Order: sequence, then C-alpha cells, then structure tokens
Amino acid sequence: MQVDTELLFDREYVTNFSKDANEPDWFLQSRLSSLELVGTKKLPKPDKTKIDNWNFTKFKHQVTPLGTELPEQMNGLLTAVENQNVLAFRNGQLAYTKIATELSEKGVIFTDFATALQKHSDLVEKFFMKKAVTNAENRLTALHATLLNGGTFIYVPKNVVVQIPLQAIYSVSGGAGLFNHVLIVADENSSVTYVENYLSEDNEEAVANIVAEVYALQGAKVSFGAVDNFAAGVTTYVVRRGYAQKDAKIVWSLGQLNDGNTVSENKTFLIGDGSFTDKKTVSIGTGEQRQNFTSHVIHTGKHSEGLILTHGVMKDSASSIFNGISKIEHGASKSNGEQTEKVLMLSEKARGDANPILLIDEDDVTAGHAASVGRIDPTQMFYLMSRGIPKKEAERLVIHAFLAPVVKEMPVDAVKERLIEVIERKVN
Amino acid sequence: MTATNLTVKDLRVAIEGKEILKGFNIEINGGEIHAIMGPNGTGKSTLASSLMGHPKYEITGGEVSFNGKDLLKMTVDERAREGLFLGMQYPSEISGITTADFLRSAINAKLGEGNEISLMKFIRKLDEKMNLLEMDEKYSQRYLNEGFSGGEKKRNEILQLLMTEPKVAILDEIDSGLDIDALKVVANGVNAMRGSEFGCLMITHYQRLLNYIKPDFVHVMMQGRIVKSGGPELAERLEAEGYDWIKEELGIEDETVGQKA
Repeated sequence: MQVDTELLFDREYVTNFSKDANEPDWFLQSRLSSLELVGTKKLPKPDKTKIDNWNFTKFKHQVTPLGTELPEQMNGLLTAVENQNVLAFRNGQLAYTKIATELSEKGVIFTDFATALQKHSDLVEKFFMKKAVTNAENRLTALHATLLNGGTFIYVPKNVVVQIPLQAIYSVSGGAGLFNHVLIVADENSSVTYVENYLSEDNEEAVANIVAEVYALQGAKVSFGAVDNFAAGVTTYVVRRGYAQKDAKIVWSLGQLNDGNTVSENKTFLIGDGSFTDKKTVSIGTGEQRQNFTSHVIHTGKHSEGLILTHGVMKDSASSIFNGISKIEHGASKSNGEQTEKVLMLSEKARGDANPILLIDEDDVTAGHAASVGRIDPTQMFYLMSRGIPKKEAERLVIHAFLAPVVKEMPVDAVKERLIEVIERKVN
Repeated sequence: MTATNLTVKDLRVAIEGKEILKGFNIEINGGEIHAIMGPNGTGKSTLASSLMGHPKYEITGGEVSFNGKDLLKMTVDERAREGLFLGMQYPSEISGITTADFLRSAINAKLGEGNEISLMKFIRKLDEKMNLLEMDEKYSQRYLNEGFSGGEKKRNEILQLLMTEPKVAILDEIDSGLDIDALKVVANGVNAMRGSEFGCLMITHYQRLLNYIKPDFVHVMMQGRIVKSGGPELAERLEAEGYDWIKEELGIEDETVGQKA
C-alpha cells in the first residue's frame, strides 16, 4: 500500500495539484509534510476489526468534472427541505449552491473548502487540523491532509445564531477517491446546525476518506447531523471530531448507514469547564459489510458532560464493532459520562459487539454505561405475525422500533426524515 | 364465501420432545362459542399457541382444517390472514411500535397491497372500538403493551380482535387478572363480534367469564385431550363441584400432562 501511494502521489503530483488550484503556500506545505507522514505512519488500528486488506488507496484522485446537472438522488434531497442553505458536491467539486442572504449579512461564512482557502486563508489556517485532529495520527489522516479534494468551511461570528440548518450533500462516483474535509468554527456564544449527507451515484469501487472538525468556542453551540449512505463498493474512513471550550455544546446526530466497509470514529474533546456533548447514532449493517464504530469523549474540563447513545442493527452476514469510550482526566471534577450501546442481530450469521469503556482518573465524577447485544425476540415476532403481519414486515417493524428511541431524539428534523427514509431502504 | 369452520382431528403436539396434546378433537363453526375449561397443566395454552403456529411447539400428529384449508401448512401470518386470531395470555411488550401503527399494519396486511384502509376510516374505527372497550384514546399512541397493566393488556387484545375482525378467535385466559368491571368490558367486546360467521374458542379456569359470554358448548380438558363435553350447564356444575367428579367418573388420577404448558 505504501508503495502504491508513493507511486501514484509524489511531491511533484501534490505540488502541481495544489498550484493548479491556486492554493496558499501554507496549505501546499501542509500537503507536502503530510505526504512524508503517509510513508512513515501506520494504518489506524480500530479495536477488533482488521482493515489491512481494505481498499484505502485504489481510486482516482482527479476525475472529470461531472457538471451541475444533479442526479436524481441529490435533487431529491434538495427538494426535501425548503428555505435551505445548501451546498452540493460531486466528487468533491461544488455543483450547487443556495445560500440565504441572511447569512452573509450576519457575517457567516458557508462555503466550499477550495474557496475558503482563497478567501479566508488565515482563518482556515488557524484551525485546520490543529487540535481536534492532526495529520500525524495515522496513515489515513496523513493521506487525507495530502490529498484533500473537497469539503466545506463554516464560520459563525460571535453571538450570531443561525436558525436555518446549513446543509451539504456530497456524492461520489466513477471510482473516485473523496478526501472531504469539513471545518466548522463557531465563535463565542454563537449557534449553528450543520447537516451532511453522503451518497453514491453508482456502484463502482471508490474510497471515502473524510474528516470533520468542529470547534465550539466559549459558550457556542453546534449541532452536527449526518447521514452516511455510500454504496457497497465504497470503503469509508470517517473521522468526526469536536473541540468544546468553556460552556460550549456539541451535539452529534449520526446515521451511519453505509453499505460498504466502514471505519467511523467520533471523538469529542470537552476542554472547557461546563462543556457538553451528546452523541446519538444509529447504524445498520447489511450484506457482507464490516464496520467499526467508535464513540469517544474526553473530559478535561470540570463539570463537563458527555452522553453517548448508540443503537445498531445487524442483518445478513454483516459484522460490526461498537466501541464507546468515556475518558475523564484527572482534574475534570464533577464531570458526568454516560454511554449506552445496544445491538440487535437479525440473523444467525450477523455479528455485533459492543464494548463500553470507562477510563476515569478523577474521583469526584459520575459515570455509567450499559451495553446489550441480542437477537430478535422470537416471541415478539410471533406476536406481530399472529396478527397477519408477514415476517419481513414484522422484522421491519421491530427494526424501526429498536431504532426509534434514538431516531426520535435526533435534534434536526431534516436528519430524522432522511434517516427514516434510508433506514427504510436498508431494511427492505 | 366458505362457511367458517375450524376442525381439529387427533392433534398431537410436543414441546422439547415431550408430548402435551395427545389426540385433541374439536369442531368450531361460525356462530358457535366454545369454552374449554380444565385445571392447570392439562394442555389448554399449548392448544391455543400451537393452533396459531408458535414455533416452540412441534406438531407430531393429526390434522387441522380451517375453512377447508390445511391450517398446519400455513405460516403464522397466513393463519391470521385466513381469519384465525389468538388472544394471548401474556401479550408481548414491544417498545418503539405504537398500538395504532401496529393495528394499521395488521389490518393492511389482511387487506393486501392496494386495498389499504384510509387513515380517516382507520381512525374512525379505532375510536369506535376503543370507546366500546372504555379505553382512553392515549393508549393508541403508547408503545405496544409497554407498561400496560395486566387488565390493559387484555383489553388491548380484545381491541385487536375487534379491529382485525377474524373468523375464529381463540381467547387464552382472557379473563385472568381482570376485576369484575374490566371483565364486563372485555365480554362486551367479545359479544360485539358474535354473528353467524364468527366462531370463538375461550380457554378459561373460571365459570365467571361464562356468565358474561354465554357459550354454546363447554369442554373439559385433561391429560392433553377433551374428556367431557356439554352445554353451559356443565360449566355451572364445575363451578359448584370442581373437577373431582369428572376424574372419578373417568378414573383419572392425575389430570395434568406432567408438565405445565
């Protein structure tokens, strides 16, 4: 693999790519130093999932632009919500923009990453892969920083409250490698909701290497919703990180509904006193897919609170690992960490594993975890079927019922509706 | 339309290799209400669950025809769509599915694709039936049986009976755990179903239920089969004298099948 990437992407390639895009020099230097790390760093080691032979490197980094004629599934998402602020990307390239004037009047920046590098270079440089995530973590984050080819930048000024959710839709197709980067900076006491949808336009093998970083400065609130729904041929590595300062809140609502092999890691740093994060996620595994999900909260600030709620359903021969980690550092007194992971398996061949971990280096805290992994209850199935409901429909009801407590708690209606729709498709 | 008929011939049922029903016979026609009485452990609930097709029970012999079709060849849901209903002794709790959604799925499964009940019609019907059962309408939006008391669960079973309008209903101890007022309400519900196309098999320990739902036939079950049949007067005698006289008459020492079902 190392050989592959070096052959395909050397300093010259990366330099030309950056220069063609007219990127600022600091960003070119970041790409080049990251390229060095690709050669020296190892693949991440998600607990209990072997990813050595997954395809992270066989892709086309640059594909012919697909134009602005959006495919049906993207258009469907656009029309689903009114009054929207939306950016739509195809293979990383901006294909559709609709932004309310209200945003610029308030000084809110909501733009594609390439434009952000041109127009807001200093602001991007201040935060890009500095604290929430770095290029040196592993080979895939290094590769991401080297080959970044799409994404969104959001900046919300102090005290500004953005009412309407900012939405982004990203599609992949034609065997592309999507290195999508989302950077959200919510300045002091601001508030914003961001919702992203990932999808495939075709069934070709492709690679998605995605990083999202959220910086919630003092008193800010960021609500981050996502529905991941790549096709079976797409290998996904997605890292979503939050960095919360004093009294800041970061709320995650994640629908992890890819059809292909996926490593999804979500980590929130509760740095400031009184900071808060709440992560709710639903996952469905189907076919042969292998998935590894990690929800990680690190408490550094006093009185910080981190909540994790995960429900996963495994069908067919799918196999998934759910790791939940609440880490409370020494000094983070009066903090509270709670996590629940529940996995429902629908077939004999499906595998699910829930690993709740509490790592606590402070005495004066509260923490709790609950985990369960179980098969579908035959008595419940009998009850439903005894009223004439066919087995498949009964299963569908049980799956919805199992996911409902999480879905209905999703703070953003757009995510809720999209989730229900994708869940419906995945279980049928 | 075929006349309603459920005929069970020499039915044998085992659970985990142990035979519980040992040659059970009954015929139920439209318009008839049957009651099966008997002490604990004589196979009454096994009969109810195995007729509905519970996977835990293994049919080892006999035949069951339902409206002229082979019931034993049907899956659980096919039996229900053909018009069989089981009011359960211990209904499942299913969190995340509301009673209303569940009922609508059940009705639509019966009506088939393209013939689904309209939402307005469904709500009207639901209101009407819940009224009859003196159920607070909030129950329809609560998750199925979750946190329901024993009596509420039984009412909910009868609500399902009224909403899905089966041909033959088997009611497994629908009276257990009900106070007298609730019992009357449940009986009202069942009586509302009475008609020439509806047959019913009630399983009960107590004659009390039969004061409110008058049976046409009363059967006594022991050792996994019917040992005595008669009219409503049989139930009255059982209430007054217990089961011992039947055991004596038939020379039965232990009426159970050796394992509680």
